[in-house]
Amino acid sequence: MSDKQMNEDEVVGELRSGMTLGIGGWGSRRKPMSLVRAILRSDLTDLTVVSYGGPDVGLLCAAGKVKKLVYGFVSLDTIPLDPHFRAARQAGAIEAAEYDEGMVFWGLYAAANRVDFLPLRAGLGSDVMKINPDLRTVSSPYGGDELVAMPALRLDAAIVHQNRADAQGNAEYLGPDLYFDDLFCMAAERAYVSCEEIVPTSELGQVHLATVRINRAHVDGVVAAPNGAHFTSCEPDYGRDEMFQRAYVEAAGDPEGWAAFSRRYLEVDEAGYQTAVAELAAGAEVTR
Amino acid sequence: MSAPTRAEVCVVACAEAWRGAGELLASPIGLVPQVGARLARATFAPELLLSDGEARLVAGVWPVGEAPTSYEGWLPFRSVFDLVSNGRRHVMMMPSQIDRHGNANISYIGGDFRRPDVQLLGVRGAPGNTVNHPTSYWLPRHSTRALVPRVDMVAGVGNEAAAAAGPGANRFHDLRRLVTNLGVFDWNGPGGTMRIVSLHPGVAREEVEEATGFELAADGEVPETRLPTDEELRLIREEIDPNGVRDREVRT
Repeated sequence: MSDKQMNEDEVVGELRSGMTLGIGGWGSRRKPMSLVRAILRSDLTDLTVVSYGGPDVGLLCAAGKVKKLVYGFVSLDTIPLDPHFRAARQAGAIEAAEYDEGMVFWGLYAAANRVDFLPLRAGLGSDVMKINPDLRTVSSPYGGDELVAMPALRLDAAIVHQNRADAQGNAEYLGPDLYFDDLFCMAAERAYVSCEEIVPTSELGQVHLATVRINRAHVDGVVAAPNGAHFTSCEPDYGRDEMFQRAYVEAAGDPEGWAAFSRRYLEVDEAGYQTAVAELAAGAEVTR
Repeated sequence: MSAPTRAEVCVVACAEAWRGAGELLASPIGLVPQVGARLARATFAPELLLSDGEARLVAGVWPVGEAPTSYEGWLPFRSVFDLVSNGRRHVMMMPSQIDRHGNANISYIGGDFRRPDVQLLGVRGAPGNTVNHPTSYWLPRHSTRALVPRVDMVAGVGNEAAAAAGPGANRFHDLRRLVTNLGVFDWNGPGGTMRIVSLHPGVAREEVEEATGFELAADGEVPETRLPTDEELRLIREEIDPNGVRDREVRT
């Protein structure tokens, strides 16, 4: 059985500028942030990003990595709006394909099932049809309603974060929601799973086998990334780092603040990032 | 029991959106609608399903801002999407703009889509919600900024747009009500336009008309929004919102 363990930089080494990249998680929840940070450090550019967007989208926009964004929303959950995403949109800096969030699901599902489109009601009557002029409707061959033909969102690569995985790519989520991580993997040519801990296969599924929802047939690389979803949540291993998220948003407010944030947290490797995060948390303990 | 506040009147007006709904998921966005949905289930709509906003269906009554203690089901986002197209759901969303025909916008304001003046969340589930199941809206600050002649982007589909888009859009399209800090409205005016259903106690019709960016329909004398009962006030104040978060969303 092949050992698919890699580190973040090796994953990035398999990606190419101009690719369509799917990012798992939801809003500011269980995002593969250590992989996103590795992309930020790389010379990758012109990415088309498909995401239930959170700070992954904001950070990639801030770094100028995004050519086109495919999304239903971008939100930090406890803070409704991501400042970098807004700035990029308001500057007209990125192409945008904004869909109903159920349409994004259907697009991924179509890609995962290797069909060109799937029909749904969402989008009809809304300006989603106008801002995505390539969208088509389809008549029911059985005499029913004419519906939106949501095109498959085929991905060149997907990155997702799970709680546990084995070295072969079987992966387990232990929190309340898988989100759409399995579909991102199945919709992609190549899929990379980061996880809190790589464990022997026999240690997966101890709570219930139904938590092992991503299997090795869809996974090309496994990355051990403890605290790798930080500062997004990764229940039950850790919650969202609300203090850090506020610092991220505040820093985005002015160029000097963002430069300082970048120096401390982004222009360092993953170990440097985690050290800086630990120092920030320790400082907060002292002042408390 | 002291007199009800404006926020408490709004809570009951939101709760009323789910009266008679039966066994479906009530999805309230915003603090006052959350209190309202829990109040509805604790009183006149016990069949409602409620989620914790994460991935669980919650049993019983629990205070806003606190973790529930008992659950009756699992509802990850994928199941919510299934439920949306299945139709057993009634959402109450918070629009940034809403217009005379019931189009609602949470995507962007000003400029054009390629380069908006103000980027908001994105359309989220509004297009799918509005063409699949009953939809109501909550607006904590009734103003001409929010109640506009025409929204900048149709995220939530209004009556005219649903009809124009054909049976696929119109079959399950069902706009119910808009609750604001000033009154209750629906879209049963001429041609499916917005109509005043009731005004909250102490609100003059002129005040509402001045705060609305288009002409509102009304059927003769406009009644007052009903007041909370003593039992409803007790539930709101002691069990559902003991910390008074509702007053942060609606100032008295």
